[in-house]
Amino acid sequence: MENLGYLFAIYSIVWAVIFGYVFYLYRKQRKLRREMDSLRDSPSKQEPD
Amino acid sequence: MKNGRGKLRDDLLVGMGFALMLAALYMALVYAPTEKYAGAVQRIFYFHVPLAWVGFLAFLVVFIGSILYLWKRSVIWDSIAWASAEVGVVFTSLVLITGSIWAKAAWGIWWTWDARLTATLVLWFVYVAYLMVRGYAREESQGARLSAVLGIVGFINVPIVALAINLWRTQHPTALIFEGGLAPTMLVALLVCVVAFTVLYILLVRQATSLKILESDIENMKNLRLE
Repeated sequence: MENLGYLFAIYSIVWAVIFGYVFYLYRKQRKLRREMDSLRDSPSKQEPD
Repeated sequence: MKNGRGKLRDDLLVGMGFALMLAALYMALVYAPTEKYAGAVQRIFYFHVPLAWVGFLAFLVVFIGSILYLWKRSVIWDSIAWASAEVGVVFTSLVLITGSIWAKAAWGIWWTWDARLTATLVLWFVYVAYLMVRGYAREESQGARLSAVLGIVGFINVPIVALAINLWRTQHPTALIFEGGLAPTMLVALLVCVVAFTVLYILLVRQATSLKILESDIENMKNLRLE
């Protein structure tokens, strides 16, 4: 019973899901950094008079 | 922002994780001998077992992080628990997928309502519920409290999943690892894979936690500006 197709499917799925999650984290990081930069750049309502 | 030493440490950890994952692939696909009866498909084991181990570890971290959050009300513990639940769900999803494919290859069916499989599915649902509570809570603090309770109560499922093969009659293979049923070369390959996936888990949780903290800082800054 060799079933190499199943073995290939499993290793491909595991890597695809892990890379997918890493890509999701990367995109989230970029979005949050942009948001943080825009908040820092925009003038605050609480600036001293 | 990270200083030079912190960046170097992160780069080293990422490099180590990458090297370990390559080593894990080599051990699982080349170094480990082909099992006599199951054939090449048995090599699924070298990813399936470490994924399950990391899933348990992730939910243990959720359990500890949730207790510490309820005790100290620290956003860091909440972020660690949340990040670990997210990574734990990813890994447990992979356990269910790899297990299902293995079942098809070994038993000729994709799924059976066996005690170990069903308990793992219940565990997965509990932590998906945890993430949904976080996602749909009206207030951040309310979501953190509710999910912390779920993170503590939900952990009851982990020993049930781990012991299911001893408590009930199941189709799932028994834990040969602790009974000396594995050839030494197979055991070495499995241990390398376990270490590789544990390092991968640490890397992912570190990154996800820092993002949760950054997200929380942004929310606080927005709220301060609105006041």
